[in-house]
Amino acid sequence: MKSRSIPLREVYVWEMPVRIYHWINALCITSLCITGFVIGNPPAFMRGTEAYYNYWFGTVRFIHFVSAFLFFFNFVFRTYWGFAGNEFSRWYNFIPYKRSQWKEIFDVIKVDILQVTHNKIDSIGHNSLAAFIYFITFLIFLLQCLTGFGMYSAMSSSFLPKMFAWFVPLMGGDMAVRQLHHVLMWGFILFAMVHIYLVFYHDYIERRGITSSMIGGWKFIEEDVIDRHDNPEDSTKN
Amino acid sequence: MNCKIMCINSSFSELINTDRFMENNQPTFYEETRKDGISRKDFLKFCTTMAAFLGLEASGVGQIVKALQTKPRLPVIWFHFQECTCCSESFIRASHPIVANIVLDKISLDYQETLMAASGVQAEEAYKTVMAKFPGEYIVMVEGSIPTENEAYCCIGGRSAKAILEEAVANCKAVVAWGNCASAGCVQAAHPNPTGAKPVHKVISGKPVINVQGCPPIADVMAGVVVHLLTFDRIPQLDELNRPKAFYSRRVHDTCYRRANFDAGLFVESFDDEGAKRGYCLYKMGCKGPVTYNSCGIIKWNDGVSYPIQSGHPCIGCSEEGFWDNGPFYQHLPDVKGFGIEVTADKIGLGLGIATAVGVAGHAVVTNIRKHREIENTPESGS
Repeated sequence: MKSRSIPLREVYVWEMPVRIYHWINALCITSLCITGFVIGNPPAFMRGTEAYYNYWFGTVRFIHFVSAFLFFFNFVFRTYWGFAGNEFSRWYNFIPYKRSQWKEIFDVIKVDILQVTHNKIDSIGHNSLAAFIYFITFLIFLLQCLTGFGMYSAMSSSFLPKMFAWFVPLMGGDMAVRQLHHVLMWGFILFAMVHIYLVFYHDYIERRGITSSMIGGWKFIEEDVIDRHDNPEDSTKN
Repeated sequence: MNCKIMCINSSFSELINTDRFMENNQPTFYEETRKDGISRKDFLKFCTTMAAFLGLEASGVGQIVKALQTKPRLPVIWFHFQECTCCSESFIRASHPIVANIVLDKISLDYQETLMAASGVQAEEAYKTVMAKFPGEYIVMVEGSIPTENEAYCCIGGRSAKAILEEAVANCKAVVAWGNCASAGCVQAAHPNPTGAKPVHKVISGKPVINVQGCPPIADVMAGVVVHLLTFDRIPQLDELNRPKAFYSRRVHDTCYRRANFDAGLFVESFDDEGAKRGYCLYKMGCKGPVTYNSCGIIKWNDGVSYPIQSGHPCIGCSEEGFWDNGPFYQHLPDVKGFGIEVTADKIGLGLGIATAVGVAGHAVVTNIRKHREIENTPESGS
């Protein structure tokens, strides 16, 4: 039997609101991408009938719009939680404005992407590179809301889509906005592919329980990592 | 047609007779119309139609009638720059005789390169007289884009389009940009835009510009804009792209009679298929109706006879900026420039997706080697 003893500590990293946000977001993005694809290129499974019997395409669009509203408010909530949540969900994790964050980004590239060195990264929540990528996805979320609700504003009289109407003339018209909306959808798909793979990768290599942490909220973190986290001065002395 | 020739002749005689400007006694629109033998009944019909197009309430008809009967005709200078004259062509094919006359003759078209009989010095004099005689009152109407790469690409009478426009606009009341060329650059501004063509609103500043979009715009829409200017003495309510809201606030898609087929998911798959015969939605044939703002579905063309979608052809989005570059016409998702021909965002996305999957697979292989090494290096215990 191969075994070793590593002193671990359980850390409550993802609070309930963050976990709920994550899964609502995942559901919305899945629903939006599938319905978005269907809207962009509807399959021809209806033939030789009359319009008054059917409304399936309208229903697909309805699901897309409902998901979009849910996605938007969920996103607004997460932005709020970036100022109200615990230290792992705060906004300052996501923007690399400190030297130490940039150092960690290069460390993560060396350790996890190129796999040239095999040191463990000290981060307890998101590592700096992941957090920065999430920041970019937040910008894509924002752009997707601007383009999506911008197009939607033409067929709605409610105030929320109207708030985004200014974005369409900025791009010159609906044609360009629609194209951008479509291109950004691919950003979501590529992100999801890499995101899901990396969750498996981290659990496979680091065994901190990152997959289940988005269900239960707790991670297993090495004692020495927690010591360095609690006493940052000591680690710089060493 | 005879009537139109007469109109042009009369406008010619007026053009060379500059006394008209000296007297400063312009006949009203109504007087001119009656002189052409149009009955009062037809005149009132026209006013009612215009009120309906402009979305006015019933009392608006009276306002239009009064304005056309009392106000002197609008002095207008009409320039043709880089364009195909389809805006003028659209206009002279307007169904209602008054709609055509309103721009051909009745708004005092003092200078119009296609239709005026005068030429050379006389023509130049005509528009210069308007500028001198009616400062702050005349309307400049422009068909076509303006070259900025090299101004020599479009010269009239030895002067560049830009110089002519800037001079004319300096003292005008408002500018009407006819069609996609003047509003957004149209085909001349399409990639690679060799002349550096720019729409009117990007060349001039300080004057209100009304973008009457379309390639060409609907004749009745053009007339509606002129009637509005004449009746209310101010520019119509415009959207963020300076298009009159009365005509450009709704998408072709939202006023399409085939819309029910869209919602039902009934699409034409190829021209002349079963769906096309049944009048299904043309969305999959590249119809740009969902991204195009125009009145085609309501006012229609040729006396309300039909419009492209009704004739079985997808909308090409001619009243939108960059509709040439967002092609091809028969494909809804535009090609992405810089990736060769017929490459859409979906093809690029799929390529990147495959590349990502390959990268992920390679990474997984390396990760496994690393993990196995780590397991091998872990000492045995308890045995």
